[in-house]
Amino acid sequence: MTDATLGGPSRAPSREEQAAMAEKSEGGVMLAADGTPLKLSLARSLRRKRLRAFLLVLPLLAFVLLTFIAPIADMLFRSVENQIIPDNMPRTVAALEEWDPAESELPPDAAFEALVLDMVEMEAAKSHTRVGSRLNYEQSGMSGLFRKTGRRADRVEGDYRAGLIAIDEEWGERQTWTTLKNFSGAYTLGYFLSAVDMTYGETGEIVAKPELQQIYMFLFERTLWLSLAITGTTLLLGYPIAYLLANLPMRTSNLLLILVLLPFWTSLLVRTSSWIVILQQQGVLNDTLVALGLIDDQNRLSLIFNQTGTIVAMTHILLPFMILPLYSVMKTIPPSYVRAAKSLGATNWTAFWRVYFPQSIPGIGAGAILVFILSIGYYITPELVGGTSGVFISNRIAYHISSSLNWGLAAALAVILLIAVMGLYWLYDRIVGIDNVKLG
Amino acid sequence: MGDGAGEKPFVVFDRVQKSYDGETLVVKDLNLGIGKGEFLTMLGPSGSGKTTCLMMLAGFETATHGEIRLGEKPINNIPPHRRGIGMVFQNYALFPHMTVAENLAFPLQVRKTPKAEIEAKVRRALDMVQMGAFGGRRPAQLSGGQQQRVAVARALVFDPELVLMDEPLGALDKQLREQMQYEIKHIHDSLGVTVVYVTHDQAEALTMSDRVAVFNDGVIQQLSPPQVLYERPMTSFVAQFIGENNKLAGRVKAIEDGEALVEIDGGGFSRALAVNCGDAGSRTQLSIRPERVTVGESNLPNRAEARVQELIYLGDHIRCRMSVLGYEDFVVKVPNTPGHAHLAAGETTTVAWHTEDCRALDAA
Ligand SMILES: Nc1ncnc2c1ncn2[C@@H]1O[C@H](COP(=O)(O)OP(=O)(O)OP(=O)(O)O)[C@@H](O)[C@H]1O
Ligand SMILES: [Mg+2]
Repeated sequence: MTDATLGGPSRAPSREEQAAMAEKSEGGVMLAADGTPLKLSLARSLRRKRLRAFLLVLPLLAFVLLTFIAPIADMLFRSVENQIIPDNMPRTVAALEEWDPAESELPPDAAFEALVLDMVEMEAAKSHTRVGSRLNYEQSGMSGLFRKTGRRADRVEGDYRAGLIAIDEEWGERQTWTTLKNFSGAYTLGYFLSAVDMTYGETGEIVAKPELQQIYMFLFERTLWLSLAITGTTLLLGYPIAYLLANLPMRTSNLLLILVLLPFWTSLLVRTSSWIVILQQQGVLNDTLVALGLIDDQNRLSLIFNQTGTIVAMTHILLPFMILPLYSVMKTIPPSYVRAAKSLGATNWTAFWRVYFPQSIPGIGAGAILVFILSIGYYITPELVGGTSGVFISNRIAYHISSSLNWGLAAALAVILLIAVMGLYWLYDRIVGIDNVKLG
Repeated sequence: MGDGAGEKPFVVFDRVQKSYDGETLVVKDLNLGIGKGEFLTMLGPSGSGKTTCLMMLAGFETATHGEIRLGEKPINNIPPHRRGIGMVFQNYALFPHMTVAENLAFPLQVRKTPKAEIEAKVRRALDMVQMGAFGGRRPAQLSGGQQQRVAVARALVFDPELVLMDEPLGALDKQLREQMQYEIKHIHDSLGVTVVYVTHDQAEALTMSDRVAVFNDGVIQQLSPPQVLYERPMTSFVAQFIGENNKLAGRVKAIEDGEALVEIDGGGFSRALAVNCGDAGSRTQLSIRPERVTVGESNLPNRAEARVQELIYLGDHIRCRMSVLGYEDFVVKVPNTPGHAHLAAGETTTVAWHTEDCRALDAA
């Protein structure tokens, strides 16, 4: 169109105006109207915006730092921290530094003397029992040994070596002193060794624990395997439901979605306990099967307090976490894709498998990651219905935190779990691609 | 290019009805024959049932009543994937996880075509739409027009005899749309494939089609070649829907020799072709195209006094809104030629028209 048809003179910015808006200085830097470099004035105008955004998230950031990040960092720190020994037994630690358990059976006399002096001091400060408990995690019997020695240490005089061995023969064993030496540093790998079923041998080398005491690797393995199984079952059960939900008319699907979410309205404990009612040997399911004559009374199925119980109950509890991401992804797949596939000659199955399914993979990825990560750290349900064969590593962690009070070991187990999860996450990213995950 | 009347029709809708909810009929008693190689367009306002008809033909919806035949065979019970009908969707429906070439190979793969043949056909189809260089791209890396071309190529790559297109150009801007109209028409001409095309853009329908079926409310109002549709509308809906139209409501006074004498509600009489009006005494609506109205003194049989309300300058012609016989929105297109009368707003003049340019239609 020309100016005439517009009815008014068209007006392009004049040369001077353009020059004033943004000038190219001799150095080639764009300048704003007031002569400051354009980049600088842009940064300045963005700064206020950024500050505002930062102030908006500040409360949450502080909250998370204080109540989440800090405790976790502290907890992780505990997995290597061993300050208690060098703090309480400085002389012994110094005296053992030179000793090599591989070369001589027992440490030099100076070490015995240092131990007695440390022990007397600890007894006065009433700290020897705590140090004993700490070392008891590494070698059973240490707690008793320290209590006994603490009581009598002030009476030992002259030959410290003989005096100590007289109090308890343990002081004449190389293992006792090796343990002391191994855990004399301010930081230790000991918790991590325990967490992977290893320990220090008599001469300080790293060895596997006796077979009967190996438990954690096995538990890690079981946790991984059961979590994978639960992820698999939720996917198997959730996929068709999500598909149905995504392809029903809005009204019906909303109603059904509420049913999917219904379990969230009841307490986790109630849901878990109801599985006990249903699955136990005298429970609803077994009774029904017996009544129907499908099994006899003697051979009732054991469906709970074992792995089966854990898988069934956790599948039920975690199912919504699989269905929701799947649903939200499937909702975005227009029906015209499948129609197009069919019009191009694909059977129902081919259309689903080659066209629909690949597009739902982001939902599968999101659901699987969600369920897997939730179940790998799950605690309450395996505790209630897992029996002995269905408990997870998290149950062990909880045990060490609340019962055995071996927080260092609990922390080490947690760190390993965290690393395992991140490793799997990385693997997933390599294979499927994390940007392939869509939560809605 | 058949006009569908002479030879046996290739696609037949035989008294087809469709209801989604069991209460209202979305398609009411549809009878339609489409000739082989024909380009037939279904045109109509939103919700008139065009997509529904197409979906029934493709097999994604079932007819509640009646029969659809494809090449003499009833296809009501044949599933979509065995009908061998190509289809272009409004949003293209290109599979996002496949490259362009994979998209095109898909219909051939499911037909178990040999690999070498697939490659050759895919290349040929891509070349046909000038997309030969884009085989390795994902649909998301293409512009709207390019996606459109790929969708057309995919619907044609397996050599279907019938291709359905549901508003394939709806998402494109005007210029691209016109170019694609031309390209699709060109492909149709060179392949001789039968096309059923859905649009609600009347210009598109008029430029591309052999015949146009105008839908309204589940009923075909008129099925004619484009120029007939424009020049000889059979119902007042078609007259109103296609092109610009002046409508004057009135009552038939007398009919003789196919000509009706109509008394217009606003006063005055006009002679008109009795196309689709009842006998003397029934109500009717007169339809006159704006470019068939003459302004100023003339010796035409139908004359009326007009007051100029508004003039809009449009370069090659001047649109003139007048009040005629009590109708405020009577539009006349005055050609911008030298020596032609120049009007001014508020001026009073005379308008006149030939009897054969004035059609007495149903009173809608
Ligand atoms: N799946 C469906 N379920 C129920 N009603 C439907 C369904 N699809 C279409 N309808 C109704 O059928 C009528 C015709 O719809 P249709 O999609 O055929 O219209 P259309 O002519 O293609 O319109 P448009 O130009 O807007 O695409 C509309 O009233 C619509 O609401
Ligand atoms: Mg439609």
